[in-house]
Amino acid sequence: MTSNPVSPVKKSPIRHFRLANLRSLGILTPHIVWCVIFIVVPLLFVLYYTFTDRNGAFTTDNLQFLGTPEILRCFGLSIVYALVATAVCLLLAYPLALAISKLKSNHQSLATLLLMLPMWVSFIIRTYTLKNIFNDNGIINQIIAMLGGGEVKFLGQSWLIILGMVYDFLPYMVMPIVTVLTGIDPKLNEAAEDLGYSPFRAFLHVTLPLSRAGIISGITMVFVPCVSTFYISSTLSGGTVTLIGDKIESAFLSNSNFQQGSAMSFVLMILILISILVMNKFGDKESEELLA
Amino acid sequence: MEKTILIEIRDVSKAFKGTKVLQGINLDIHDKEFITLLGPSGCGKTTTLRIIGGFETPDEGTVMFEGEDMSNIPPYHRNVNTVFQKYALFPHLNVYDNIAFGLRIKKIPKDEIASRVEEMLQMTSLVGFEKRQISTLSGGQQQRVAIARALINKPKVLLLDEPLGALDLKLRKDMQNELKRIQHLTGITFIYVTHVQEEALSMSDTVVVMADGKIQQIGTPEDIYNEPTNAFVADFIGESNILDGTMVADFQARFAGKTFPCVDSGFEPGESVDIVIRPEDVDVVPANSSQLTGTVTSVTFKGDYYEIIVDVCGFKWMIETSDYVAPETCIGLKIDPDAIHVMKKSEYSGRFGDYSTFSEEAEELSDPNYGIEPEEDTPDDE
Repeated sequence: MTSNPVSPVKKSPIRHFRLANLRSLGILTPHIVWCVIFIVVPLLFVLYYTFTDRNGAFTTDNLQFLGTPEILRCFGLSIVYALVATAVCLLLAYPLALAISKLKSNHQSLATLLLMLPMWVSFIIRTYTLKNIFNDNGIINQIIAMLGGGEVKFLGQSWLIILGMVYDFLPYMVMPIVTVLTGIDPKLNEAAEDLGYSPFRAFLHVTLPLSRAGIISGITMVFVPCVSTFYISSTLSGGTVTLIGDKIESAFLSNSNFQQGSAMSFVLMILILISILVMNKFGDKESEELLA
Repeated sequence: MEKTILIEIRDVSKAFKGTKVLQGINLDIHDKEFITLLGPSGCGKTTTLRIIGGFETPDEGTVMFEGEDMSNIPPYHRNVNTVFQKYALFPHLNVYDNIAFGLRIKKIPKDEIASRVEEMLQMTSLVGFEKRQISTLSGGQQQRVAIARALINKPKVLLLDEPLGALDLKLRKDMQNELKRIQHLTGITFIYVTHVQEEALSMSDTVVVMADGKIQQIGTPEDIYNEPTNAFVADFIGESNILDGTMVADFQARFAGKTFPCVDSGFEPGESVDIVIRPEDVDVVPANSSQLTGTVTSVTFKGDYYEIIVDVCGFKWMIETSDYVAPETCIGLKIDPDAIHVMKKSEYSGRFGDYSTFSEEAEELSDPNYGIEPEEDTPDDE
């Protein structure tokens, strides 16, 4: 038996393709309208405000405002907090996802349900609850007082903000990893062990690389909301830590400075876009290899 | 034969959740042997293979490898490699890296890895496929990669778990020859698991027929076919008419209401036995020249022969003949003494060998209570 390593390329049936396209256009119309009204138009507003002053004249002042040390510090702090929170999420989520993926399917659904249950409550309420727990007169301080200790100042500590982000966004990291891990044939690990790999090495060389797509989408899904969050940091720091999301919020809501708010949003969006592209680059390499 | 014993399986039993899947398995596997574990789905053949590979531990009994007890040796320390049922190739690695996988962990210099992979590629006719991703390969090509990946470690024993199950019929025949060739070339002991009797007969040095977690018979393909030990083996290997009979005396068997001369002896006079007669060993003769007559109920053209079903006093015989016989005609059956094989009664007596239906499955299909059982090995169906 000989086979040709070069597989023949099939011609795409153009006529059918066009017909299908036309049909799907009809089905997609409501979505397209929705996207235009609620995504494209607002983005154009952001773009407009970014490059105009209060009188509507073109200016780059708003972008120059971003160069001030205070705003740069907020951007930097946001990125650092988001990176740390994402890393903590990954470290917590992976073993959890691994454990869930090894459960029988009915237990797996239960575990997934338990994991998703907190998501039924708005993250604002969850963050507020967290604040109450760690407040100066919150439950933890009450317990400490009962044990005879003095009041501990939790609010404002960096780790509490990280905790808030991890608490709010952990399921977004766990779920894609569970999905990917569940899809990995357990026989592959057996095959690796059969070929001389200890279970740990089999994990490193088979399970881990095969779950890369899940890790990447988990990182993206946690990093993006973390870097732009505005409520967690201000609530859990008692107002002492200001991230870029908080700045944007106050620019719009407190100062009615749509121009500076838009400029910060615009740059943040570009930063997020770049980080997603970078992440997808990792993912793409894999899928390209698979398709090659 | 002066072959050395490589693997000794002694009194191995195994149960999954209280269901016994293996009971008292005893088996010697010799060096350089091509041995096949043959049996229907759920007979315990795959579990036996997994115990040898180290993926399952027996509840009772021992597995000795070159005289050494393997009970506490994990799979990654056994000098055994496996070709998995659906190959279990690594989808994130290309052909080259899949084959080289087993060497990468062993601190082998890069150029030696390259030369050994090259050797494997040549042996399995995969030269030129090195950079290909697994998902772009056909079933037959994946099969070869799986074999190359397992053999590159130069194991003492290669375990093959229904490796041809996913291939179509013609390719399967080619791969049978190929496996045989590779086994001769490498001198590695092959332990092959299948539910396809034709594969077992055409490739093996030794066939182990299993059913219900027990070994039914161990022997060469010829032994298994010509001298089945019980009704199960006779029915599972090839086609058989299995009749209820008695040994009147040595060389005298009585069945279908008549006494026939045969070549078997050593039974108690009057002992009740199972009689096996292969369809190709029955000659069709005119009704008046035979002591056994029956009515043809169906005729099927099979290419080089006709398969006819003959009703002899309510028992349906299968006969293979090169001459056409019309349905509803009355014919005589001629059976030579050496065509009659006498077996002791067993738990399988009376369950097989009448051709009212061809398979147990056909009967199971019409039985609503048959079978939702936890399957421990699930071969692809024919």
